[in-house]
Amino acid sequence: MAKFRKDGGKKLPAVSTASLPDIIFMLLFFFMVATVMREVTLVVSITAPEAAEVQKLEDKSLVSFIYIGKPTKALRAKWGEADRIQLNDAFAEVSQIGDFVSLEVEQIAEYKRKRHIVSMKVDQDAKMGLVTDVKQELRKANALKINYSTRKIVAAAN
Amino acid sequence: MIRETPEISAGSMADIAFLLLIFFLVTTTMDVDSGIVRKLPPPIDESVPPPPVNKRNIYTVLINSGDMLLVNGKIGNLAYLRKDVKEFLRPHFPNNPNFPETKPEEIDFIGTYNKSKGIVSMQNDRGTSYKTYIHVQNELAAAVRELRDELSKQYFGMDFKALLETDEEKAKAVQEAIPMSISEAEPVNFGGEQ
Repeated sequence: MAKFRKDGGKKLPAVSTASLPDIIFMLLFFFMVATVMREVTLVVSITAPEAAEVQKLEDKSLVSFIYIGKPTKALRAKWGEADRIQLNDAFAEVSQIGDFVSLEVEQIAEYKRKRHIVSMKVDQDAKMGLVTDVKQELRKANALKINYSTRKIVAAAN
Repeated sequence: MIRETPEISAGSMADIAFLLLIFFLVTTTMDVDSGIVRKLPPPIDESVPPPPVNKRNIYTVLINSGDMLLVNGKIGNLAYLRKDVKEFLRPHFPNNPNFPETKPEEIDFIGTYNKSKGIVSMQNDRGTSYKTYIHVQNELAAAVRELRDELSKQYFGMDFKALLETDEEKAKAVQEAIPMSISEAEPVNFGGEQ
């Protein structure tokens, strides 16, 4: 028969925490790889519309963003309720888009400039008037590849 | 006698890593950007008149400021738009006067293909909501994609997305046979601004 030893006084050894940093580092690297730095602080609130026929934006360095929507709640008292354009970190007017595009294009290596894409992040409740104005400006600035940013939904049959 | 250097405690390493982790969690975003890709027409030259287009080759989709559709002069419905556009853009051969003209064309991998000359013309009002606009764009894109899927299945035995990943040349042929013929008319104001 087995003999059970009982050495009452002995304590359980503490679980080694030496590998804890490694685990955390693993998490850290995962997040560093899977995420991108937030480039701008939004001053307009945007809920993207939903669409099924979407394509991914491949190379982030080739993309410039134009945001259109109502000012965020905190800024509404000062800037009003109407739809506004945001370029980089601040509100902008339609007339500034040409300059914005040429600046953005200049930052791209020359051989990649043809692949420059302008991504329009527009709130779903925005009116097309402002969006059309922006599109006309983009045409004038010769930024013809655009992308309407949307949330992806799994294709519904209807 | 050389005194052994005491081991540096690694206990706080986890805390440092945690700090870094939290920093990255806060400053980064995870969303993958996706959207509907479109090409804008180059700025128009006013002195050049637009090429004449046969009326039966055009399928007009108008959206007014109340987000209602007018499709080829009749009140339209978003639910049927995809089916109708698909039927319109599908090459109808032999000649059927209710559908756009076709033109035989030599395409690699496919051979002679009767390509439809149909164009979907889309126009919206300044007061149209962006949501409806995207919805219509989505339906039009879906119609083209479904036609491409059908052609791709018929000739290459897989749908277009799979073909795009396996053989780009063949995918290009499908794209050529069924172009994304969606045109956006020059903006005008109709139906009043809200």
